[in-house]
Amino acid sequence: MTSQTGAQPLVAITHDPIEIAALLAAVSHASVGAISTFLGTVREVNDDRPVTGIDYEGYEPMAAREMQGIADELVTEWPGLRIAIVHRLGTLQVGDVSVAIACAHARRAPSADAMRRAIESLKVRVPIWKREHYVDGEWTWVDPTNAAAPMKRRP
Amino acid sequence: MTLPVLLFASYADAFGARTVAVPVTMPCTVADVVLAMRSIPGGEKLPAKPLVAVNQAYAKPDAPVHAGDEVALIPPVAGG
Repeated sequence: MTSQTGAQPLVAITHDPIEIAALLAAVSHASVGAISTFLGTVREVNDDRPVTGIDYEGYEPMAAREMQGIADELVTEWPGLRIAIVHRLGTLQVGDVSVAIACAHARRAPSADAMRRAIESLKVRVPIWKREHYVDGEWTWVDPTNAAAPMKRRP
Repeated sequence: MTLPVLLFASYADAFGARTVAVPVTMPCTVADVVLAMRSIPGGEKLPAKPLVAVNQAYAKPDAPVHAGDEVALIPPVAGG
């Protein structure tokens, strides 16, 4: 076991607030020289509309599988990578953390690159949806593929 | 036979249900299932090529569907 610098990735869907410390603990190791973290949070404005909160819904078993697939692919690309991905579902308020990712590696470049890849992959393939609620009482399911407002999309 | 298809988010709203029983003749493909869903009320709201998962993995239109498979329609994802 001492030669094993990688670890079983921590991949989880939760309906409770995400415990960031648990992610850091999961990826920490004596072999690690860099930990890159990403926290996705609920923003108060989207497409120029004030947002009051977001309901996150998921196809939970498949979402967990896709997140596991992302983790496994990244570990294959960067051997020794230790990764944790946790996504929260349910009703979140502005400022709440919806997704947390931690990528640890001996070197900073792989840790940062893997972290960026993890969140970008999650956004295109993990079956999770969000319904935004606006101050005027309206709501909508967010559709990132909606070509009707391409100029309003932000990276 | 009828195949239960799981629905989520905007698609669940379109059909007014979390699961819809889709009439299909076995053996069939993912494309056959989607085609059959277009004649169910709400199906007219589906996009031209909705994503489909079979047994919790993305499946192409020509992928086979068997009795007992877990089939789900996947709206445009928006996690993160």
